[in-house]
Parts: sequence; C-alpha cells; structure tokens
Amino acid sequence: MLGKSKRLLVLPLYAVLSAGLPALAWASEWPLNMTEGVTSISRQVHGLHMQIFWWCVAIGVVVFGVMFYTMFVHRKSRGVKPAHFHENVALELTWTIIPILILVAMAVPATKTLVHIYDTEDADLDILITGYQWKWKYEYLDENGDNISFFSLLSTPRSQIENAEAKSPEYLLEVDEPVYIPIGKKVRFLVTAADVIHSWWVPALAVKRDAIPGYIHEAWTKVEQPGVFRGQCTELCGKDHGFMPVVVHAVEQAEFDAWLEGKREKARQIAEAVKQTLTFQELYDQGEAVYQKNCAACHQPDGKGIPGTFPAIIRSPIATGPVAGHINRVVNGGAGMPPFGEQLTPVEIAAVVTFQRNAFGNNMGDQIQPIDVVNFKQGQ
Amino acid sequence: MAHQHDASTYYVPEQSKLPLITAFAMFLTVYGLGSWFNNVSAGPFLFASGFLLMAGVMFAWFSAVIKENLAGLNNAQLKRSYVWGMGWFIFSEVMFFAAFFGALFYVRVISLPELGTANNSELLWGGFKPDWPLMTTPDMAVKGEAAKHLGPEGNMSNPGILGWLSWLPFWNTVILLTSSFTVHFAHTALKKHNKKQFNIWLGVTVFLGICFLILQIEEYVHAYQELGLTLHSGIYGATFFMLTGFHGAHVTIGTFMLLVMLLRSVLKGHFKHDDCFGFEAASWYWHFVDVVWLGLFIFVYILS
Amino acid sequence: MAHGPAKGLTRWLYTTNHKDIGSMYLWFSFAMFFLGGIFALVIRAELFEPGLQIVQPEFFNQMTTMHGLVMVFGAVMPAFVGLANWMVPMMIGAPDMALPRMNNLSFWILPFAFAMLASTLFMEGGGPNFGWTFYAPLSTTYAPPSVTFFIFAIHIMGASSIMGAINIIATILNMRAPGMTLMKMPLFVWTWLITAYLLIAVMPVLAGAVTMMLMDIHFGTSFFDAAGGGDPVLFQHVFWFFGHPEVYIMILPAFGVVSAIIPTFARKPLFGYSSMVYATAAIAILSFMVWAHHMFTVGLPFIGEWVFMIATMAIAVPTGVKVFNWVTTMYKGALTFETPMLFSIAFVILFTIGGFSGLMLAIAPADFQYHDTYFVVAHFHYVLVPGAIFSITAAVYYWLPKWCGRMYDEVLGKTHFWLAFIGLNLTFFPMHFSGLAGMPRRIPDYNPLFANWNMLSSVGAFLFGAAQVLFLYIVIRAIVSGRKATDQVWEGAHGLEWTVPSPAPYHTFTTPPKVD
Ligand code: HEA
Ligand code: HEA
Ligand code: HEC
Ligand code: CUA
Ligand SMILES: [Cu+2]
Repeated sequence: MLGKSKRLLVLPLYAVLSAGLPALAWASEWPLNMTEGVTSISRQVHGLHMQIFWWCVAIGVVVFGVMFYTMFVHRKSRGVKPAHFHENVALELTWTIIPILILVAMAVPATKTLVHIYDTEDADLDILITGYQWKWKYEYLDENGDNISFFSLLSTPRSQIENAEAKSPEYLLEVDEPVYIPIGKKVRFLVTAADVIHSWWVPALAVKRDAIPGYIHEAWTKVEQPGVFRGQCTELCGKDHGFMPVVVHAVEQAEFDAWLEGKREKARQIAEAVKQTLTFQELYDQGEAVYQKNCAACHQPDGKGIPGTFPAIIRSPIATGPVAGHINRVVNGGAGMPPFGEQLTPVEIAAVVTFQRNAFGNNMGDQIQPIDVVNFKQGQ
Repeated sequence: MAHQHDASTYYVPEQSKLPLITAFAMFLTVYGLGSWFNNVSAGPFLFASGFLLMAGVMFAWFSAVIKENLAGLNNAQLKRSYVWGMGWFIFSEVMFFAAFFGALFYVRVISLPELGTANNSELLWGGFKPDWPLMTTPDMAVKGEAAKHLGPEGNMSNPGILGWLSWLPFWNTVILLTSSFTVHFAHTALKKHNKKQFNIWLGVTVFLGICFLILQIEEYVHAYQELGLTLHSGIYGATFFMLTGFHGAHVTIGTFMLLVMLLRSVLKGHFKHDDCFGFEAASWYWHFVDVVWLGLFIFVYILS
Repeated sequence: MAHGPAKGLTRWLYTTNHKDIGSMYLWFSFAMFFLGGIFALVIRAELFEPGLQIVQPEFFNQMTTMHGLVMVFGAVMPAFVGLANWMVPMMIGAPDMALPRMNNLSFWILPFAFAMLASTLFMEGGGPNFGWTFYAPLSTTYAPPSVTFFIFAIHIMGASSIMGAINIIATILNMRAPGMTLMKMPLFVWTWLITAYLLIAVMPVLAGAVTMMLMDIHFGTSFFDAAGGGDPVLFQHVFWFFGHPEVYIMILPAFGVVSAIIPTFARKPLFGYSSMVYATAAIAILSFMVWAHHMFTVGLPFIGEWVFMIATMAIAVPTGVKVFNWVTTMYKGALTFETPMLFSIAFVILFTIGGFSGLMLAIAPADFQYHDTYFVVAHFHYVLVPGAIFSITAAVYYWLPKWCGRMYDEVLGKTHFWLAFIGLNLTFFPMHFSGLAGMPRRIPDYNPLFANWNMLSSVGAFLFGAAQVLFLYIVIRAIVSGRKATDQVWEGAHGLEWTVPSPAPYHTFTTPPKVD
C-alpha cells in the first residue's frame, strides 16, 4: 500500500498519463484545428480564426439553448396551450443590432490582419513562382540578372500511390527540389502560372495565392524559425492537381547563401555538359528516367496516352517524324502540352527525345545529342 | 370537349404536344451544334433538323395562341400574364447583355491596366503597354508577328465628331433610333384605329431594321478584310464582335418579329386598338434592342 | 370543367397541369439526387483511405464536377421548382400557373439537358473535369472536347430556369385570388417570388459566361487568355456574379418551407412575418454584392477584398433575423415532433452551423487558410444538405398527404430522419477538421494525416445514402398503400392549400376563392 501522500502524487500522474498520451496520439492522428504557423501573419490569422469561432460558439449556445429549452418545455404532450404572440418590435430590433455589433467586433481585427497581409513592400528577396501542370517553378530574381531557377516535382514514388508500398509520413507532401528561403527576412512571392490556374499554399506561413496564367500576384512571408513547411496546390488544375506539393525549407541566412551558391555551380555544370557526346544507350537510359518522371503523367508510362486528352507516343506522327519537329514539341510544347525547354536541360531533352523515338516500338534508330537541342534553341 | 371558357375564368389550355416537341427541338439544335463544333459529320444535319423543327413548332405554337385569342378565350387576366411574361423575358435579356458589358468594362478598367503594371509587363509580357483599342496584344509584345493573338491594324473607334458623317456606326445609330420612333408611330396609329398608317409605319420600321443589318454586315466585312479586326485579334476584337454580334442577332430576331406582325396585319387583318399584344411585345423588344445599341454606341464606339 | 387527367402516358408528356408538372419536377429531381449521390459515393469510396484504389484522378475529377453540377442544377433547383408548381397556385388561390404550356416546356428541357450532360461521361476524353465552377482556362483551352456539350447543356437548362422563373413571377403577381394581398401571401410564396427574381437576374449571366467560353474554345477569342489581353479572373467574376445568388436560390425557398412547417407544429403563428419578408429581400439584394468572397485569394486589390468581406458579413444579420424568428415561433408553442417538424428543426440548427462556418469564410484574412480546403466543403454541405435537402424532405413529408391523399408511415419517417441526421453529421462534420488541418478539396488522394476523418466521412456518406433509399421506399409506400389522409392533415396547419380535399383535385380554384 502506498502512503496517502504518495497516492496523492500518483493519481494525478496517472490521470495525466492516461488522458495525455492518447490525447497526444489523438492530436496527431485526429488533427482538429488550424496550425498556428510560424509567421506573424499566420499567428494573426489563427487568432482571428479562434476569435470568430468562439463568437459563433457563444451565439450557438444561446440560440440552440433557447431552442432546446422550448423543445423540452413547450411540448404539446406536456399539456401546454400555445401562446399567440407573433410580433415584438423591441425584440426584433435587439436581435438585429446585437449581431451588427458582434460583426463590427470581428471586422476590426480582420481589417488589421488584411492590411498586414497586403503590405508587400520592401522585400529582401523576390521569388517568382510559376505553376505548371503539375509542378512548380521557382526563380530567384536577382538584380544582376543572375537568376537561379528550377522546377519542383512530387517525389513520392508511384508504388506508394498505388498502395504497393507503405506510405511515408510525407506522402504526397514531398518534392525533389524544395524551395529555400532565409529566416528573419521578408521574402516576396510573385505568383503566376504558365497554363491553368494553380494556387500556392503553405499553411504554416498562411500564404495562399492563386497562380493566374499571365498575371502576377504578390504575397509575402517572414519566417521566424528554421524548419520544413509543407503545402499543396489548392486550385483544381487538372488531372494531377492532388499531386503537386509545395515544400519550403526555411534556413539560416548562411545556409541559404551556401545553397544558392550550390545552385549556381550546378547551372555552370549543366552548361558544360551540353558539349559532351553520349552513346545511344546512355541517352536511352537517361531518357527513360526523364520520361517516367516528366512525361508519363500525361503520355502514360506505356506511351499509350489518354485518348482524347493526351496523345499516344506510340506511332505518334511527331515522335516518328522529323527530328526538328519532335524537339520543337518538347521544347515549346503545344496546345495542352507544357513547354520543357526551360525545365529540362539540353542533355535531358536529347535523352528523352531519343528515348521516345526508340521506345514503345517506335524503332526510328536515330539519336539526338545535347548540342542538337542547343542548336535548335539558338536557331529559334 | 365542351368547356365553357368565358372571360370570367382563366383559360388553362388543354394538353399540348408543343412543349415536348419544343424541348426536343432545342435539344436537337444544341446537340447538333455541339457535334458540329467537334467535327462530327452528322453535326450540321442534326443542327439543321433541330432548327427547322424549332421553327415549325414555334409557328404552330404562336398560331395556337393567336387562335385562342381570336376565339375569345383569353380574358384580361391572361393577357396580363403575357405582358408580365414578355416584360421579364426582356429583363433577362438585359442581364445577358449586362454580362457582356460587364466584361468589357472589366477588361478596359481593370485587367488591361493590370497587365501593364511593372511586374506583369516586365516579367511576363515583354514590356507590354495597354491601350484601348488594344492594337498590340501581350502575345505580340513577346512574340511579335509570330503571336497567336494578333491585334488588328485598324479599329472602329470614334473618328472625332467631325468625322461622324462618314462614320458607319453613327448612321446605324440614326437608323435604329429612327426605327424606335417609327414603331412607336405605328402603335399610336393603331390606337387611333388607323390600320393603314399602322401598316405603313410598321413597314418602315422593318425596312430600317433591314438597313441596319445590311450596314452591320458591311461593317464586319470592312473589319475582316481591311482592318484585320477579327475574333482572333485579341480582347478588342473579342469584345467588339461579341457585343455587336449578339446585338446584331437580336436585331435580326426583332426585325423578324416585326415582319411577322406586319404580315399578320396586312394578310390576316390582325390587331385592333385594344387587342394587339403580339405587336406590342415585338415593339418592346425592338425598343430594348435599340437601347442596347445606344449602350454599344457609347461604350464600344464613342468612348474608345 | 371538373375533369380529371388524361389517361396513359400522354397525361405526363403533354400536360399543362401544374400538379402534374410539379410531380414530374419532383420525381426528376429525386432521380438526379440519386445520380449525384452515386457520384458522391464514388468520391467517398475513393477517399475512404489514402492511395488510389478505385478510380483514376482524371475520373475522380469528373465525379467531383458532375456531382456538384447534378446536385445543384438537377436535384435542388428542380425540386424547389416542383414544390413551387404544386404549392404556389394552391397557396394563392390560382387555377394553375400563369403560362401552363411554357411550364411544361421548362420541365421537359431538363431531361434532355441532363441526358446530354451525363452522356459526356462516355465521350472521348471524358466528361467535364474542371469542377462545378469550371474556371477558365482549365475549362476552355485545357478542357476535354465534351465541354461543348456541357456548355450547351447549361444554355438550355438556363433557358428552362428563366422560363420557370418568369412563370412563377407572372403567377404570383397576376393570379392571386381576390383579397390575397402581397403581405398575406404565405412565406413560401414570398421566398419563391424573390428567388424567381434572382433567377432571371443571374441565369442569363451564367449563359453569358458559358458563351464566352464557347467563343474562346471554338472561335479563337481571348476573353480568358492574357496573351490576347483577356483575363482568367474575368471568368470568375462573371461566374460568381451568378454563383453567389445561385446559392441563395437554393436556400430562400427552403426558408419558405420551414416558415410554413414550424408554425404548424408549434400551433402558433409565424413570429415576425413582415420582418421575414424584408429579411428575405435584404438577403437577395445583398447577394449581388458579395460574389468576390469566393475569390479572396486571387489577388484582388485591398479595397475590393475589404468591401466584399464587409458586405458578406452583413448577410449574417438578415439571416440571423430568420433564425431568431423561427426559434421565437417555437417558443411557448405547443410543440409536436412529426417527421416534417424534425427535419425543420434540424434544418434550423444545422443550417445555422453552416452559416457560422460561412461567416468564418467571409473573414478574408482567415479565408486565406480556409479557401479550397475541406473546410469550405464542410460549410457548403451544411447549408446545402441539412439546408436545401432537409427542407425539401420536410416539404415532401408535410405536403405529401395533400398531394396523394395518403399518409406516410410516421415510424419509418422518424427512422429516416435519425439515420439521415446521424449520417449527415458523420459525413460532413469531420470535414471541418480535415480542412483546418490542411486538406485541399478536389483531390483523389491525400496524406495519411487526414485518413481518420476521411474514413469517418465515407462511412457517414454511405449511411446517409442508405437513409435516402429508405426515403424512396417511404414515399412509394405512402402513395401506394398509405392510410387515407384528412383534408386538414395537420392539426395546426393554416392556408388555402388545406381548404381543398386530400388529394387535391386535379383542378383547384377554377373560380378563385375569397380571402379575407
Ligand atoms: C445554400 C447555399 C449556401 C448558403 C445559404 C451560404 C451562406 C453563406 N456563405 Fe457560402 N457557399 C456555398 C453555399 C452557401 N453558402 C457554396 C456552394 C460554396 C462553395 C462554392 C464552391 O467553391 O464550390 C460557398 C462558399 C462560401 C465562401 C467562399 C469560401 C472559399 O471558397 O474560400 C464564403 C466566403 O465568404 C461563403 C460565405 C457564406 C456566408 C457568409 C453565408 C451566409 O449567408 C450565412 C449566414 C448565416 C448565419 C451567419 C447563421 C445564422 C445567423 C445568426 C444565428 C445570427 C447571428 C450570427 C452572427 C452575428 C455570427 N460561402
Ligand atoms: C445540393 C447540393 C449537394 C448535395 C445534396 C451534396 C451531397 C453530398 N456531397 Fe457534395 N458537393 C456539392 C453539392 C452537393 N453535395 C458541390 C457543389 C460540390 C463541389 C463540387 C466541386 O468541387 O466542383 C460538392 C463536393 C463534394 C465533395 C468534395 C469533392 C472534392 O472536393 O473532390 C464531397 C466529398 O466527400 C461530397 C460529398 C457529398 C456527399 C457524401 C453527399 C451526400 O449527401 C449524398 C447523399 C445521397 C446519396 C448517397 C444518394 C442515395 C442513393 C443511393 C445510395 C442509391 C444507390 C442506389 C443504387 C446504386 C441503385 N460533395
Ligand atoms: C501536362 C501534360 C503533358 C506532359 C507532362 C507532357 N506532354 Fe507531351 N503532349 C501533351 C499534349 C496535350 C499533347 C498534344 C499537343 C498538341 O496536340 O498540340 C502532347 C504532345 C506531345 C508530342 C506529340 C505527339 C503527337 O503525335 O501529337 C510529343 C512527342 C510529346 N508530347 C512529348 C512529350 C515529352 C517528351 C514530354 C516530357 C518531357 C511530354 N510530352 C510531357 C501533354 C503533355
Ligand atoms: Cu496545380 Cu492544382
Ligand atoms: Cu458565395
């Protein structure tokens, strides 16, 4: 037997454990509420959200309270006789005016937050974000014109999506190339799209901006702590709308600078690589990888396409026609087909074109070198 | 069946095949049109069948209504129903045009200036500068002559008050405004029991309507052949042809309606001073078409 | 001229009788509700757990789109028109609708339009896959070829709605029995009058929107293409100018239904009749000034954002007046809880919850977090399912005895209610949580974080669906073998429709009644 004092100690502990642990599990598997996020905007928005929520709860308690009271007390089965009143001007004025006051109380902080969100002036860094079917392109705008840009695609393997493999915790919220931003700096996002409307959303930053093709709209953030923040495209943008996540790495300025330098270095390497000549097998193998990653979403892994929407590559008149036409289609796209001239390197384009011309029974037997692609682009 | 329909009871028509056939005709028309647009070979045929069926059933329907009226089945209350019906139908047409005028307004006041702002113009559209009428589309600012949406070489704008006499839209305005008066004169004549004058003024109105249409075709030919102003030439061409095109379609319908009224009057001796709803409905429609034109003249032609 | 309906099929095909046409509208809408429900069940089945199991993403998008379109245009709107057809002439003492043949035309367009719409699912490239809001350019340049048929389907069903609305306006303004002044009309008639005005004001705008799409797709125009100087956002403005009034088109008649039922079962007159009328009008007028609250994230200028936020919040005031009036109508009444009353009470509570989430969405900065997530899906299902659908269900239970002269089975009715009530909350309440946790709408697959709530939603959806099958059974059973109903049917019911026999004779009020 434990002493009384000890029992007093154990009981609360037991209570905390028995209620707390499941609650923790509960919180992670049964998420209930908006995140507070990591920016001043997101915290303000969260505060607003909670404030309106409690107002609604309070009104609900009153209204439903009266309703349940009357449903319980004023039943015919309890022998009540109905009253006959059907008007009361004072009452009606009251319940017009009180909601107005409540609404004003909500509108004031809402307006303040809105002003804050719209203050996109004086940013330390500008990032141009372009939505494509179904990936994001990030371009770091540099005053010297030395822009860094790259595409960011879903990296969850098909096998997980098709339930052949267990799903990771980041399932559908992971990308090959996350976007990096420095913490403590005001970062402005210039959001646009290249084909249809997308929407760039990261809940922890409370940034959601629709990406309208042909128009740039601004948003901004200033992240306070390092971390990885995930979001998704939130505007229906076609077939793989559910598969174009956003991943933001917020890092210290030094780490950010190093990352940026790494990107610059990579760009230089790509420019170098254009000069090399590859063997057919190298082209074909790399092409297959590029195809499965970038093209299969539409033209399907087996090259059969989706009739009526995405043409087949098998016996495609373009993929079995003149090389220039084929390169042109991949570089510049077409109706419904996005241009890949910027997204893929010349090596990758050469590879994927070679692959398409020789795979799926398209036995053209020819091969395309990176330099052909560069020449094609220059010839335009 | 023997029913006593007199002025005291509201005439509720017997069963009728007309609605079902009309619904089917509408379906056939649009289904044919859709197939046609998607290059299905039967499309034009289906469309034509639907359209003819529609024309036939409309003829039958209106005939039935006219016969009922002549047979004295329609009491004053029923006639009021027709008046309400036509009135609110015209209101719905007003809203249809309001959508298009709204689009024009939005493009001119909001979206084009936005395309010209620093971000959009410099980062996306090769230094595009908005102006109205839009002669250089954003597409052209980026791709030059290779652009898909090539702006027009000329436009339909106001040549300045001195040039109005040789400006076709001005004459179209004159014609349409006049026709609103003539149709009103016809109405007054009818009220004064003067059927002959009624016929003459109505005839003049129909004639003016046809003149308007001819000039409008002339203008389109001019736009396509000389100005390079087409449906493809950017938002200016798009709004121009949408507004004037739908207006033109409504003038066509209105003219046809008035023509039918004229024929009914001349050939069948229809319409009395206190019994002329068909004509009145057509004339309201005509006034509505006229008002829309005034809006067009101001917002599409003058203020550009 | 007391004669009954024609015999055989032609009775229905060629009818000019408002009761026949009302019945056809109601059955048609019931069928569409099941069709749209089946689409919803496909969605819920796919979302039962993470991963792609049952359908591919492109088909999933078609399901989402068709579900929204069929429910909105096929289930809810025709159901209310059906109720108007049945009840408005009887409530105002009119012999029929003002324009009976056009009335039948309005109906018969619908089966053709929906047959055409549904047939797109079997066309090459599939059916519409761009959401019921069909934002350009996904619905223009990037749309499957079947979009043309979708556009024309919208055109002709719009024509049907406009004709229906004109008919209702002409009926209400021109066909009232002597003494039936405007301020004596039952609230259902009032709400429908105002709804009809919304319809003729916005259906043509929708027609304009799809016409511009058609031209962009087939005639090379650039309304929604920045390259030619157009703007995709223009589409959204035009669409929501229609779209927001549209959602009130789906709720105002529901307010009318509930305002008829609650007084009956409270045995007490409706509280604040005239303020109800003014509130309805206020909601309708405001509904034209709030459309951009669906577009808070597209990048409107600050002032636009703010004005639309304030205007939207303002709608809570007249709507609140209605809720308070219903509650006060019940207060100190002598309440009984027959099935129509149960559905009406649930309507008031759950619609208010949906209204609350609407108000949260109206707060523009907060909408940045809610927009296009399941929180929005939760909001609009709370106003549409226990809102529109429950009110229609309540109306059917309430007036069915008058329509067919037979009672439904009260025990089964209550069973239906509780199954539906539980199923619905199980389906849609968790969506608030998954939405707040960050689950976007219109996605066929999701992160395991959202798995539990989705599983609950899916279970609830099937339960709710099962409840509707029971509903079908109850209605058919009542028609076929229900107990005979009295003329008065409900002890506390007032209004002209209860002065005629049950079932209501084929022609009522061929000579107008006197109303005092
Ligand atoms: C019947 C249909 C219906 C109704 C009645 C409403 C009613 C309202 N809706 Fe809803 N809405 C939809 C159908 C409807 N909505 C649909 C279909 C969509 C999604 C479209 C899509 O994108 O696909 C949508 C989306 C939608 C959005 C866009 C969200 C987004 O996409 O980000 C917003 C934003 O403001 C909104 C707001 C409101 C408001 C403020 C009301 C108000 O009318 C609610 C008013 C009611 C109350 C507030 C409750 C009762 C009041 C009181 C008890 C008084 C006291 C209360 C207070 C003072 C708080 N709705
Ligand atoms: C009035 C309108 C209305 C109604 C009643 C409903 C009813 C339902 N809706 Fe709703 N819904 C919308 C309007 C409506 N919805 C709209 C406008 C959208 C947006 C679309 C878009 O994003 O573009 C939407 C979107 C939408 C989504 C989001 C899809 C997405 O974002 O991808 C979901 C997901 O769960 C959903 C579920 C449901 C469910 C489970 C019901 C249930 O209440 C349905 C219950 C009914 C049944 C289940 C039928 C019963 C019949 C059977 C069970 C018969 C079976 C018989 C045989 C097989 C013979 N709906
Ligand atoms: C977003 C969907 C999408 C993606 C991703 C995509 N394509 Fe396409 N592709 C299309 C569409 C749509 C067309 C038809 C375009 C047209 O008709 O103008 C097309 C056409 C083609 C054609 C011509 C086929 C023919 O005979 O008409 C080739 C070759 C092609 N794509 C290659 C590629 C390559 C290589 C990639 C990847 C690097 C790729 N596509 C990725 C959508 C896509
Ligand atoms: Cu991109 Cu949705
Ligand atoms: Cu709205």
